[in-house]
Amino acid sequence: MTKIESLQHELVELYTNNLAEISSFDNPLMNNIRNSAFESFKQLGIPTRKTEAYKYTNLEPYLTGLEYQYDLSPLSLEVNLDDIFHCDIPELATQIALVLNGFYYRHNRPLNLPRGVILCGLAEASVKYPELVQKHYGKYADEKADSMAALTTMFAQDGVFLYVPENVVIETPIQIINVGYSIKNIRISRRNLIVLEDNARASVLFCDHTMCAKSFITNSLTEIFVGENANFDFVRLQNENSNSSQISNTFIYQKAGSVTTNNTLSLHGGLIRNNIFVKLDGENAASNTYGLFLADSEQHMSTYTYIHHAKPHCTSDQLVKGILDNMATGSFNGKIYVDNYAVKTSAYQRNNNILLSGTAKMNTKPQLEIYNDDVKCSHGATIGQLDTEALFYIRSRGIAYTEARQLLMYAFANEVISKIKLDALRERIIEMVDKRLRGELAACANCNIVHKN
Amino acid sequence: MSAENDKILTEITENDYKYGFVTEIETETIPKGLNEEVVRLISAKKQEPEWLLEFRLKAYRHWLTMKIPVWPHLKLPEIDFQDVIYYAAPRKTPKYSSLDEVDPELIDTFNRLGIPLEEQKHLAGVAVDAVMDSISVKTTFRETLAELGIIFCSFSEAVKEHPDLVRKFMGSVVPYTDNFFAALNSAVFSDGSFCYIPKGVRCPMELSTYFRINAANTGQFERTLIVADDDSYVSYLEGCTAPMRDENQLHAAIVEIVAHDNAEVKYSTVQNWYPGDKNGKGGIYNFVTKRGICKGDNSKISWTQVETGSAITWKYPSCILKGNNTIGEFYSVAVTNNHQQADTGTKMIHIGKNSRSTIISKGISAGKSQNSYRGLVKVLKGADKVRNFTQCDSLLLGDQCGAHTFPYLEVDNETAIIEHEATTSKIGEDQIFYCNQRGIDTETAIGLIINGYAKEVLNKLPMEFAVEAQKLLQISLEGSVG
Repeated sequence: MTKIESLQHELVELYTNNLAEISSFDNPLMNNIRNSAFESFKQLGIPTRKTEAYKYTNLEPYLTGLEYQYDLSPLSLEVNLDDIFHCDIPELATQIALVLNGFYYRHNRPLNLPRGVILCGLAEASVKYPELVQKHYGKYADEKADSMAALTTMFAQDGVFLYVPENVVIETPIQIINVGYSIKNIRISRRNLIVLEDNARASVLFCDHTMCAKSFITNSLTEIFVGENANFDFVRLQNENSNSSQISNTFIYQKAGSVTTNNTLSLHGGLIRNNIFVKLDGENAASNTYGLFLADSEQHMSTYTYIHHAKPHCTSDQLVKGILDNMATGSFNGKIYVDNYAVKTSAYQRNNNILLSGTAKMNTKPQLEIYNDDVKCSHGATIGQLDTEALFYIRSRGIAYTEARQLLMYAFANEVISKIKLDALRERIIEMVDKRLRGELAACANCNIVHKN
Repeated sequence: MSAENDKILTEITENDYKYGFVTEIETETIPKGLNEEVVRLISAKKQEPEWLLEFRLKAYRHWLTMKIPVWPHLKLPEIDFQDVIYYAAPRKTPKYSSLDEVDPELIDTFNRLGIPLEEQKHLAGVAVDAVMDSISVKTTFRETLAELGIIFCSFSEAVKEHPDLVRKFMGSVVPYTDNFFAALNSAVFSDGSFCYIPKGVRCPMELSTYFRINAANTGQFERTLIVADDDSYVSYLEGCTAPMRDENQLHAAIVEIVAHDNAEVKYSTVQNWYPGDKNGKGGIYNFVTKRGICKGDNSKISWTQVETGSAITWKYPSCILKGNNTIGEFYSVAVTNNHQQADTGTKMIHIGKNSRSTIISKGISAGKSQNSYRGLVKVLKGADKVRNFTQCDSLLLGDQCGAHTFPYLEVDNETAIIEHEATTSKIGEDQIFYCNQRGIDTETAIGLIINGYAKEVLNKLPMEFAVEAQKLLQISLEGSVG
């Protein structure tokens, strides 16, 4: 039996033996779809290099390297998060909610949100607002699309639930901080559900952190429903320690006239795999998917996108950029899928990569699958180095080699960063990326979060 | 009068496939099916040496362990490999000193195809090795080429006359273990062409082979091997037409090219096999493995293809750029109409330093067809300063067709510069309008636009071929615009 097969066997057993305990956390709705996810997982198995979508992502060394445990109930350890965690991005007044090891933190401060907006743990919501959760939960995610999504659903007990009613605009961004904190190596599973009704508007910042040097494997799944003419903006900052792995699945479902923009910034972490599925299921919907990853040492960063144009007159834009150094490997696997009826589609996809060392490796697979003639679709991909002529130009003006390199890398990354709409956040991210490119720790200045590299 | 009018109208509107006819020639076939006995029988009939039989048997045994690939973006019907006749040869094995002795029906076939064998010598300046149902019927210009030391003959002749060369290079680029269809071909290949260009020789004429599938129910499995020795040059043409058939015909060919130091090989194809009728009935299944290796430094292999025929096309002419400073090129126009399916593209494997590759692929899909580009650009660790440029454009005509792009870029060296770009769009309404305005009807206008669109590739074809290819593009798209 290969390592992956034995891991799968172990997970299947873990699930079967502990089903009662997993289901005991207050979440009847989440329990309902656990078994069908389990069936999908058993059928699909953990992806290997033979799985087309994971051709360039070898999960084995990251998933089977260490012993991991599942925390089947919320962390009993009472930590005063205020003591160790302050996020004070200047001028960025966010409403902060904490998620600890996949469970919505019990002692989150009450937030000042507009009337009707709900922000709470998913388990709590499934009890308090069953019809609301029932209406959306599990409706947009497709466990058959990715077995790691199925795995998440099997074990997830909690996560974030955000509901924005019709015509409500949340002015201040919501910041959700996912923290891994444990005295042993653990697996974390969480499912988030975000619902924006018609004409609603919200922006969310997800920060993924680890607060100790232990290893975490995080499986997360986020479902996002965006109603007619609603507008949803989200930024994800991935900043975990380098012996942790993260596999995230995001399913976005958009109605007519809605707009979503997502920026994924992957700075630290051992393995980061982001799967983004977007379904544009209403006319004039627009989806923007942006990503930046900076990988060094032996990190692997991988982005998979699947943009499904199901209705006419929709637009989508994708831009993913990567800088790879040392022994890092990266992959981009993007697909634009245009349905037969989706006329007047305009879709664009671009992936640019820079290799800084001879041992770094990048694989890219941009794809178009189009079943309609009235479309404008294009994609482009490049893999190259920093422009030696530009480097020479800068150096000839008396700027040191390292600084010139820094400038060019920063300029390369800036194209993605500049798409972040929140000014204050953008400034902070510029600073973090700058530090990251210099090889320094990229944690926010005021966070005591440990980044052990 | 009206009846005649109707007849003309029908003829014009049902202008399906110009070259659909069957030549009545007695053919010798063996029973349907494939087993070790059949492989031995084919080998025996061709009086092959022991080593070749061994090669076939090894391939056959390996084939048994393989499965038909499922990864292409194709809807493959169930193919019964036991329902195919694996060998057919004209019974009268022709050995003629002059054309007068050749079966007159055969000459007639060639005439209808537009390749008059007797005129070919004087007019086109092209040596034709006509393969009719697997056995070489007539090879011309042999003597002219022989003076230069160039060997250009059928594969079976090469096996008899130049066994050392064949044995050395056969299977060196496409081993029988390569894929399902390569294994099948290696086991049952009937004939094909062999070409050897000695050191320092520049082949003075375009070498050309016309393949033609004939005799109902026979698949054709030919094998081409081109070896270009140091400092040589050759341009090779391959063109095909096939008779109309109702039953699907299987075709699995192998083309291998070996280019030594400073050699250059240019391989051009116009493929116009029977694509099936408007309802997707019939048509050729075309599974071809084409691969060239730039073995020596500074060598160059260039593939140009115009693919308009076949119900199913599965074809990836590839280059292994092993030597330093080698160049690989791939220019392709693939047209699909009605129910045709094509999954075609290329592989550029960069092993040598400073190796460069260019990929230009133009896909045109109409009707209910599916047209996919699938390509791989791979840069190995030791391949410094690699440069690749890939452009694949797709043009869609009609709202029921599909165009897909599946490029794979694998880069393991930081000095490589790899670019890929692809676009998919509809034919420009404004361009059609502009033509209409000047009195050009829509169908002709589309022909014009398509030819302009494909020009980048057509320009790479040898002149005689370019003219034929242009006409082909127009014919294949007839009736696709409502």
